[in-house]
Amino acid sequence: MKHLIPEFDRWKARFPAGFESSLVMPCVRRIQEDRGYVADADIDGLVEYLGVPRIQIEEVLSFYTQFRRKPIGRWHIQCCRNVTCSMVSAERLIDHLAKKLGVAPGQTTADGRFTLSTAECLGSCGTAPVVMVNDAYHENMTIAKVDALLEELK
Amino acid sequence: MPGRQLIMTFPVTATSHTLADYRARGGYQTLGKALAMAPQDVTKEVSAAGLLGHGGAAFPVGRKWAVVKLDDGQPHYLCANADEGEPGTFKDRWILEHSPHLLIESMLITAHALQVRHAFVYIRGEFDLPYRRLAGAIEEAYDAGLLGKGILGRPFDCDINVIRGAGSYVCGEASGLLASVEGKRGYPRNRPPRLTVKGLYQRPTVVNNVETLSNVAGIIANGAEAFKKVGTPKCPGTQLVSISGHINRPGVYEVEYGYPLTKFLFEDCGGVTGGKKLKCIVPGGISTKVLTAAECEPLTYDKQSLEGAGSSIGSGGMIVIAEGTCMVRLLQVMLRFYHHESCGQCTPCREGMGWMHRIIDRIVAGEGRPEDIERLIEISKLNDGTTICGMGDAAGYATVGILAKYRDEFEYFIEHKRSRLDGNLEVPSVVPAEAGTQ
Repeated sequence: MKHLIPEFDRWKARFPAGFESSLVMPCVRRIQEDRGYVADADIDGLVEYLGVPRIQIEEVLSFYTQFRRKPIGRWHIQCCRNVTCSMVSAERLIDHLAKKLGVAPGQTTADGRFTLSTAECLGSCGTAPVVMVNDAYHENMTIAKVDALLEELK
Repeated sequence: MPGRQLIMTFPVTATSHTLADYRARGGYQTLGKALAMAPQDVTKEVSAAGLLGHGGAAFPVGRKWAVVKLDDGQPHYLCANADEGEPGTFKDRWILEHSPHLLIESMLITAHALQVRHAFVYIRGEFDLPYRRLAGAIEEAYDAGLLGKGILGRPFDCDINVIRGAGSYVCGEASGLLASVEGKRGYPRNRPPRLTVKGLYQRPTVVNNVETLSNVAGIIANGAEAFKKVGTPKCPGTQLVSISGHINRPGVYEVEYGYPLTKFLFEDCGGVTGGKKLKCIVPGGISTKVLTAAECEPLTYDKQSLEGAGSSIGSGGMIVIAEGTCMVRLLQVMLRFYHHESCGQCTPCREGMGWMHRIIDRIVAGEGRPEDIERLIEISKLNDGTTICGMGDAAGYATVGILAKYRDEFEYFIEHKRSRLDGNLEVPSVVPAEAGTQ
């Protein structure tokens, strides 16, 4: 994470003095974007840089579902399955993806290309069902569109 | 559009979110006016307008602001709640994606009113485009001298920082949100002290929803009287309603309070998909009680009307449910959500959500027991008011609301070990079986 410190320093300048703790969420997110997950060495580095207790960072990492301590597939496919998405075919979409990728939600394909997850309400109900691939939303999805997307990502 | 507009006043284009477009719409002209006013006069104007919170609780904004004492010698903080996570809700996203400068200008006016030097926006972690639009707008504002030090050449300094969440529903609750801004687990905390007394880092803090704040610029620009002319006398203004589900034209609509509910559903939104009859609606996020088609009939869309019918405006996230939808399965999805999102801090919610989820799973698996319905109601009551935040209560409202109106479907499911309908959330004629392959 050391190479990210200049970036963290720029953020710090806009925060009030004494707000180092508030940089935990942004820094953890940036580290994860960079490495794909948060490693032990990153926690050590953050403890040193922000001066916050190690337990605080561990707690944050275990509380928030978006943070992870282990690498996942190259493409993280998250299917919303909350009320509206379920009402417009999300459940069939998830079954289809699981069958096609040969993994259950929560698992990664053997080649490390895809991780399939389910998510609870991505805030895109007007264009349901929605599938999130890494950071991007794919809206109004159908089985045909999901198949085309998978082809593109291979 | 259903009634008059205060926020969605311009056609969305590829550049609507930019500073140039916002200025062309008259943007940032109100900031100068506000900065020339005494801070307490800004609060007075917002109080006089009768602006209510748009995040779910509909708390009067002026009353919240008035708690902050301007001369207490402490730093004050302002935080915009953009952690839009209530299922069915996607309205704040519209502001963030298409008019982020409206939020920034309104936050600056609020910062002046409350004497805030540092303001924050807490945005849910999954929102990528809304985040990029907002962060881009903030950079534009810094470059134009609208953020930072000496704003508009006046002795007024203000910074806005954006903090991104990471997938926690309870962080949408104001105290959980502030815990997350402090870089901790998003655990809500007990009141008192109120957040306006001891909030972020133990300092007076105002947390307002994005849409709530976005109304401030308009109130200061045109005055409280003009604002009160829109909507109803007791519920002035408008609500961004995000409507989804079995509806022909889903999306975000700005609805003037007092607008007839069924007119909105059947004329503005084109009615139920597939020509089906309306079964019920979830009026404002799944934590509000469902309203049957018959109950919707006489209602107007405002706080008093919906509350009179035993529900509420909530977060404006309306879900339309067509006839033929299995309510047992619907409640299963809702309870799975609450179980997943319980932060685990309070015993009644941590355990209760799990119990309720397991009971509904059992019913759907055809292993329901006759006493299960009463047990769900009992657990809902056990949660009501016994937890720090409102999540336990909310899950109970959703459950009790559905059980009170569709109890027969649950009884049938338990007795016959299958749904009285086809057990689907998708309505067959609405989503054809081959829809997926189109």
